Amino acid sequence: MLNVGKIEEGFVLDHIKAGKAMVIYRHLGLDKFDSPVAIIKNAHSEVMGKKDILKVECGIDQLDLDVLAFIDHNITVNVIKNGEIVEKRSLSLPKEIRDVIHCHNPRCITSIEQGLPHIFYLADEKKEIYRCKYCDEKYRESARKPY
Amino acid sequence: MRHLITPQDFTVEELEQLFDLADDIRLHPDTYAHACDGRKMATCFYEPSTRTRLSHESAMLGLGGQVMGFSEASSSSAAKGESVADTARVISCYADIMVIRHPKEGAATVASHFASIPVINAGDGGHEHPTQTLTDLLTIRNLKGSLNNFTIGLCGDLKFGRTVHSLINALVRYENVRFVFISPPELCVPDYITEMLQEKGIPYEEHIKIEDVIGRLDLLYMTRIQKERFFNEEDYVRLKDFYILDAEKMKLAPKDMYVLHPLPRVNEISVDVDDDPRAAYFRQVQFGVYVRMALILTLLKSAGRLPE
Repeated sequence: MLNVGKIEEGFVLDHIKAGKAMVIYRHLGLDKFDSPVAIIKNAHSEVMGKKDILKVECGIDQLDLDVLAFIDHNITVNVIKNGEIVEKRSLSLPKEIRDVIHCHNPRCITSIEQGLPHIFYLADEKKEIYRCKYCDEKYRESARKPY
Repeated sequence: MRHLITPQDFTVEELEQLFDLADDIRLHPDTYAHACDGRKMATCFYEPSTRTRLSHESAMLGLGGQVMGFSEASSSSAAKGESVADTARVISCYADIMVIRHPKEGAATVASHFASIPVINAGDGGHEHPTQTLTDLLTIRNLKGSLNNFTIGLCGDLKFGRTVHSLINALVRYENVRFVFISPPELCVPDYITEMLQEKGIPYEEHIKIEDVIGRLDLLYMTRIQKERFFNEEDYVRLKDFYILDAEKMKLAPKDMYVLHPLPRVNEISVDVDDDPRAAYFRQVQFGVYVRMALILTLLKSAGRLPE
């Protein structure tokens, strides 16, 4: 059994699909963080069999976790203070997501123009519909998870 | 600084001011003949559209300004691989206002992000064509006296027809406007439009034949089935003659039902309709110049390139 020490303040992102911790790592921009980050792969899970876990030592207002709601609703976000879980944070869909998914519309300007950020806005919160900021094309459900 | 990328960039109140200005220009053109003296407009057309380009140029010339630009991608730096973003930055150094038409959807949005001058979207692929929408709204306002309380039939290519998409998005902001969509199933309105109408609780119907609904319309907006929006010739040939409005069908229409069309037409409106007093599509073209004059003035003022 692998033991990773407690963090004093920050987040524990639990129930990440096994093998996908690095995807989350990149989407949250943790590669640009100076704080300690523990990446635990293939941990045992009663429910999932195997799962990944990310532990991030940082101020709890330093990380925008809304993108997780878009990527995977099932990720559990535990907020840690003084070494204890003080909150299980519920995720809300971000109003705008940038460079997480790409527009698949072949007529969209993003299909030919290099260097543009791929921006999607939340067009319908109830139906969880995102549309491309440039061409308004709906992001296809089948391609929804960038996982 | 303001741009016009979609009709929603202006509030209903701002559009009313714009239309009031357009009407004033129409009634007193001499007053505005030198309003843009010394100002330059760049028309950047990455795909040919003589009508839209000349309408903008006519508007700027009518205000005393000057125009320059290109009318196809092959004669521009795009042929060398320059991005829309870079072109927008460069044009900003040459002109006071930029008009862009591009085959890719969202190109005008990109231009507006990088330009330091106002950008007018003159059509971005099958997405939006807001100056045509302003033209349509001004025309309806003049024909019907208001932009509220009417039933409008939209007929033809409702799937790829950007003028239709922009017009619907604009009209949903007015009161008691009812939509009747008339198209072959292959060319029906996109789901995001019908979803939006359902969400807003705005009534709409979908029909196949003009004759079934023409008797209860206040306006009929005809569109061309555009060859360039099809991926293959076979589909185009099969659908292009699906809807033709002629004098016979016009007999079924109310006496005050006006016919609009963004033009150019191919054969979807028979020439025997042209002399019908309800045929308003050539008047619509003239309104297009006035509304673009009003738009150019408004945007240049918003950018501080004309005194308020």
